[in-house]
Amino acid sequence: MKYLPLLWAQLFRRKTRTVLTLLSVLIAFLLFGLLEAVQIAFESGADSADAKRLLTTARYSIIEPLPMAYAGRMERVPGVVAVAYADWFGAKYQNESNAFAVFAVDPARYLDMYPEFEIPSAQREAFVKTRTGAVAGQRLVDRYGWKVGQKLPIASEIHAKADGSLDWEFDLVGIFDAEDPAVRANTDVVLINVAHFDEARQVGRGKTGWYIIRIADAEQARAVAADIDRLFQNSPDETKTAPEKEFALGFAKQIGDMGALVTRILLAVFFTILILTGNTMAQSIRERIPELAILKTLGFSNTTVTALVLGEAALLFVIGGGLGMLGAVAMMPALNGATGGRFPPLFVETQTFLWAAGVALALALAVGLPPAWRVHRLRIVEALAGHR
Amino acid sequence: MSWLNQIAQITLINLRNVPSRLGTSLVVVVGIAGVVGVLVSVLAMAEGFRHTLASTGRPTRVIMLRAGSDAEMSSGVARDQATLLGSLPAVARDAAGRPLVSAELFVMVDLPRHGQTDPNNVPFRGVQPAAFAIRDEVRIVEGRHFQRGVREVIVGRKAAGQFAGLGVGSHIAFRDSDWTVVGTFESGGDVHESEIWADAEVAMSAFRRSGFQSVTAALADPSDAGLAALRASIARDRRLSINALREPEYYAKQASILSKLIGVLGYSVATFMAIGATFGALNCMYSAIASRQTEIATLRAIGFGGAPVVVSVLIEALALALVGGALGGTLAYVYCDGASLSTLNFNTFSQVAFDFRVTAGLLARGLLWALVIGAAGGLLPAIRAARVPVTVALRTA
Repeated sequence: MKYLPLLWAQLFRRKTRTVLTLLSVLIAFLLFGLLEAVQIAFESGADSADAKRLLTTARYSIIEPLPMAYAGRMERVPGVVAVAYADWFGAKYQNESNAFAVFAVDPARYLDMYPEFEIPSAQREAFVKTRTGAVAGQRLVDRYGWKVGQKLPIASEIHAKADGSLDWEFDLVGIFDAEDPAVRANTDVVLINVAHFDEARQVGRGKTGWYIIRIADAEQARAVAADIDRLFQNSPDETKTAPEKEFALGFAKQIGDMGALVTRILLAVFFTILILTGNTMAQSIRERIPELAILKTLGFSNTTVTALVLGEAALLFVIGGGLGMLGAVAMMPALNGATGGRFPPLFVETQTFLWAAGVALALALAVGLPPAWRVHRLRIVEALAGHR
Repeated sequence: MSWLNQIAQITLINLRNVPSRLGTSLVVVVGIAGVVGVLVSVLAMAEGFRHTLASTGRPTRVIMLRAGSDAEMSSGVARDQATLLGSLPAVARDAAGRPLVSAELFVMVDLPRHGQTDPNNVPFRGVQPAAFAIRDEVRIVEGRHFQRGVREVIVGRKAAGQFAGLGVGSHIAFRDSDWTVVGTFESGGDVHESEIWADAEVAMSAFRRSGFQSVTAALADPSDAGLAALRASIARDRRLSINALREPEYYAKQASILSKLIGVLGYSVATFMAIGATFGALNCMYSAIASRQTEIATLRAIGFGGAPVVVSVLIEALALALVGGALGGTLAYVYCDGASLSTLNFNTFSQVAFDFRVTAGLLARGLLWALVIGAAGGLLPAIRAARVPVTVALRTA
């Protein structure tokens, strides 16, 4: 630690150069923080998945409906604790398709299934009792400035009412939210009471989109899933059941090559930074050979001088990387504002900070080792005589 | 004239000396190549996606959906409605007088990517015979057309490239039906190349559907008046609650979220990357010129003017930047051009594949960026080198 002032002095020996280098490192890590946040947002479903939840969809395509009557049969499968279901409403709000998701659900079953959704108990009661009731996630309520007690006019692109009209209206009776930012992404939804919806729709009565099943033991997930699928084998509506996490990961994989692409972009960015910074570092050390020789003359050991050079590289990346990551964190609220809540909430995870630290360390070593080695082997007499 | 002469002299000396400063020069070249490479590749992705969208659909054709639906997936057109739509006078006819109209089934099927097992939502389209007369851009490039009434499919070139088991001759199982892939088709790089096509009637029975999702037709009169006439005749018929859109308008809407996402991602990455690397390149130029202080001072001591020194150093910087830009562009072209990518289109919930397109315009933009970085990186240090008093420069070096 006592060498810190020396390191600092060395690093800022040429201010312009160091500031420029710091800026390029900073930008690289800023980009790292932002792109990782985007990638994590894509996969946020998988992070918030509950190991004790399974999802059941129609076997051949996620868009095929399943009979609501399956709920009772699923509940009797050993290992199943609770069953909920939801149907895709295909919402169109203020003439915008899929402005947000709307699920038609059995209120009690659904809210019990997702204890991470927090809702005041009075509002929950109101949702259970109001046939035309709806509850919405806090982020949506903020986006549209809704108030509890108001009517929500939402059109459906899929479900017509018995009179053929696609325009529906619900009563907003409650607002739910979640603490964990990874879960918050899942609250961008309006839940409507299936009781009224199912009765009022023209076709598809008695059918639902998918089932969510809570099981007693996460270890038994595969066995229970297989039991459920076996139950409906050879029926007109065969099922496919998988742990929630797998489902979310599958969905993230559909986004597919995007993740790999982000990784490749970052590799190219860091490679370029490595080359540029490495060169600057080498140049800076080259200029200071006589100074370093004097340090050795004064009695600094080879190891200490080598460590000083490495420390300088490390300091460079710690400052640049740290500021870059801080910049990324600072930009999150603005970015989340700019997407208008239409994109899952972006946030920098602890894991990303660890990765950034790892990358910074690796870069510091890659950039610092060659000149450090050179300094280690430096012979005082030759260096002072000017034989570089 | 003597100025130009001086510039030429110094530039020649500088360029001839590049090999002796190979390390530093190489770093500048590689750094700029990195920037330009990433910039061009990221923009090539955005360009490829834009191209796929732009080449989908013709303004002479309309797609008809249930009023209120913005996407085929959520639309529904009953069989009798489809027949009514085909009989409208605003729809074009072929030589035999049959309407150029295709009522289509649109569903998603699960297929894994090559070498993976996770299912992806791949669009499956059941088409009526007129579909090929309407969409004359569709060409079979391998195998043959499917036969009517048989469980055979043809597969878009990009779908075949992304998803497993779609080679001609292979069998795929959807629902409890077994289908044979009999051909691969191209359609000018549009979104249909991400789809699987089959006979609509066969597909409807296999997927247990009784209605269609959409009706595509060629307009008898492709002008706005023709479209208005079609819309008016639909509005007059109380049995029809249908919205007719020109194809390009429909498909642009279908990808609005993804276009925005790819655009924002591409441009912000490119901008950050360019800024970050400009600092780096600036630095390298700075140190390259700082280490040549003696050389530059010597030139000035023997009578070369300050301005020619600045200009010639700048020319050297630009030359290096140009080499770097060309290298980066070439790398992007070699590695990215034509590479295809498939992702989930959030509007349609189904997979869409597109190719990276490294166009001449993008390469030019890359080179321009390189030159800007070179100029920014070379000018300031060159001016500084030229302004330091000769005596000071010679003594301190």
